[in-house]
Amino acid sequence: MAKKEPKKLEYFTDWKYAPSPEATDHIRLQKQYELFINGKFVKPNSGKYFDTINPATEEKISSIAEANDKDVDSAVNAARGAYDKTWSKMPAKERAKYIYRIARLIQERARELSVIETLDGGKSIRESRDIDVPLAANHFFYYAGWADKLEYAFPNRHPKSLGVAGQVIPWNFPLLMAAWKIAPALATGNTVVLKPAETTSLTALKLAEIIQESGLPDGVVNIITGHGPVGASMVNHKDINKIAFTGSTNVGKWIQKAVAGTDKRLTLELGGKAANIIFEDAPINQAVEGIINGIFFNQGHVCCAGSRLFVQESVAEEVIHKLKDRLETLIVGDPLDKNTDIGAINSKMQLNKINEYLKIGVNDGAEMYQSSCTIPKKGFFVRPTLFLNTSQSHRISQEEIFGPVLAIQTFRTIEEVIEKANNIPYGLSAGVWTDKGSRIFNLTSKLRAGVVWANTYNKFDPTSPFGGYKESGFGREGGLHGLMPYLKF
Amino acid sequence: MERIEVLKTYKIFIGGQFPRTESGRYYPLKLKNNMTVNVSLSSRKDFRNAVVIARGAFSGWSSRAAFNRGQILYRIAEMLEGRKEQFLEELKQLGYSAAAAKKEVEQSIDRLVYYAGWCDKYQQMFSAVNPVATAHFNFSVPEPMGVVAILADESTALLGLISAVAPCIAGGNTCIVLASESKPTCSITFAEVLATSDVPGGVVNIITGSRKELHAHFSSHMDVNAIINCNFEKDFNKTIGENASLNVKRVFTWNKNWSDEKEQGPYFITDLQEIKTTWHPIENIGVSGIKY
Repeated sequence: MAKKEPKKLEYFTDWKYAPSPEATDHIRLQKQYELFINGKFVKPNSGKYFDTINPATEEKISSIAEANDKDVDSAVNAARGAYDKTWSKMPAKERAKYIYRIARLIQERARELSVIETLDGGKSIRESRDIDVPLAANHFFYYAGWADKLEYAFPNRHPKSLGVAGQVIPWNFPLLMAAWKIAPALATGNTVVLKPAETTSLTALKLAEIIQESGLPDGVVNIITGHGPVGASMVNHKDINKIAFTGSTNVGKWIQKAVAGTDKRLTLELGGKAANIIFEDAPINQAVEGIINGIFFNQGHVCCAGSRLFVQESVAEEVIHKLKDRLETLIVGDPLDKNTDIGAINSKMQLNKINEYLKIGVNDGAEMYQSSCTIPKKGFFVRPTLFLNTSQSHRISQEEIFGPVLAIQTFRTIEEVIEKANNIPYGLSAGVWTDKGSRIFNLTSKLRAGVVWANTYNKFDPTSPFGGYKESGFGREGGLHGLMPYLKF
Repeated sequence: MERIEVLKTYKIFIGGQFPRTESGRYYPLKLKNNMTVNVSLSSRKDFRNAVVIARGAFSGWSSRAAFNRGQILYRIAEMLEGRKEQFLEELKQLGYSAAAAKKEVEQSIDRLVYYAGWCDKYQQMFSAVNPVATAHFNFSVPEPMGVVAILADESTALLGLISAVAPCIAGGNTCIVLASESKPTCSITFAEVLATSDVPGGVVNIITGSRKELHAHFSSHMDVNAIINCNFEKDFNKTIGENASLNVKRVFTWNKNWSDEKEQGPYFITDLQEIKTTWHPIENIGVSGIKY
């Protein structure tokens, strides 16, 4: 009897998705954005501006101020002044009310923020509308409630604020990362100088407008824009009490070295190379969806992306087959289209890096499989990509690519997969797919990662602590544990 | 000719609606402006109806995301802030000075915001992963008790009621409240706030009437899980305690000075929570020592 061919999913149809673009006419953007220091938008000391572009069209959206050391200094001074004069003296429950206001204003202006996030960063409107912006609002809402309850969170310790927090955030979740940083800092009574990434300053600056509208006392939050040296200048500033950084492991290491020997407190949320592990008893269709979401969510620009897939050998053929089928259905293109699954790569630089890794993967001997989809001629796009027959030593299995590229390996035993999953400098997150509860808890206790998703992936919640082991950084954001980095006891 | 004012009929609040008491009875309440309000003198039957409604609302309310409950409590605070003037006026009619009325309303709003914040946080403080000696993942989490009967504080018109209701619903319970007998009007106006704050119908039910008449029914009902008595009345307390034993109701006496900021906190929530412990096996194969 001939071997039965696995059934191919019939995705072919004459029906096409009609374009369903999100309207952009309601958003309010300025031609030029200044620095937000001491409650006011002020011109940068350098007099210099840089362009922020739409990565899906390569068209300029706006000019953004480039801060220099002097601007950093005045932002820190404003934060210090606000800390000394108002914020540290304000009763905690009144502090909370300002944070609640910010949460409400984000909710009210959610659609505008979503559209701008998509325009400026390239992520699909569906994700910015349904994930980034609501989570950002919820984060403020959640931490607002903690402001007057800190004594309960840390009994017998009388927690106190630190002072001025310098926060540097990445371009993959611009508004959400700003919320993750600012909300707990304010709730614990600190003041803030925040620097968004240079390719995605706009929603942080819209947040500055919201903060102005909320009536938050001047200087409590300062937002300064620019490139790497601005962040470096913040890290080295003498009057900053705490640095919170989310970004690459390399920069994280540099920051840790730079603050060595000072009293600055530090938290780092760095890179990852998560193992997504599929056992033979897993619900395969669900797992395939989980793999797709794990690696292609936000174009793979996710530090906790499930970028290493481990499939148990007995189901590898089926999983890979279904995965290829599913890959074919992903819609790559205009991020503003509500049908789009995978939007634009955030920048030219990142696109080059991803393409470089595709070459490395092929040269190292892995088998590349890409969706046959067409991608727009303009803008920064890449086809969703699988690498089959990879091994643990391949660079694409070891290094963070930060793009829609999945490295697939197979395994036979639990021992083997635990060993392989852990054998990497990173330890941010992992995924486990199995029908067996006892196996999930076995894996969660043995995987060296800060977040383990079981039969789900890429789930975030303001109440849930997030952060890494090993070279994925230290400190947690979210939940009760997310208060600790901003308090002294 | 001078315009004649339209007077408000104060009814009761059950299942998100404002029915009159089924008993048709009333008691007169003289206000400071010399007007008289005929307050519903609710019956045992009103209470029993309310319990059925509260029980029906429990599964929906307790399974709401904690975050969503927080949003709704915050919404109540927003609505109350917006109707501050009305409450100030009503409190004055009940004999409050202007300053006392202002303090009462502002504290009530702040208390709602305070408990809104607790909705998705008390679980993190009172849950535990228990390090049992066997290969089990063992964890304990609080869960709401169910339907709670509340005899609200007699001495305050608004703050006492809110101080008892807020922690009760923040924790996912539903309740039937007997308003202050001598100051019932604000409670019913507060029900209007609840009715326009996205609080699902039946989560909070407020009736007015005689504590003397109703305390025995509040405490003896077999489908009520807990009773909170905010007053200290020796005879009533004994009856309540004895009746509660019929179905092992949890009894709490919250006879507090609610204007004291210390009289708020997560322990008001945990009073009305059960603790549930779950055991789950952990498979133990794989590397014995973690190497990285």
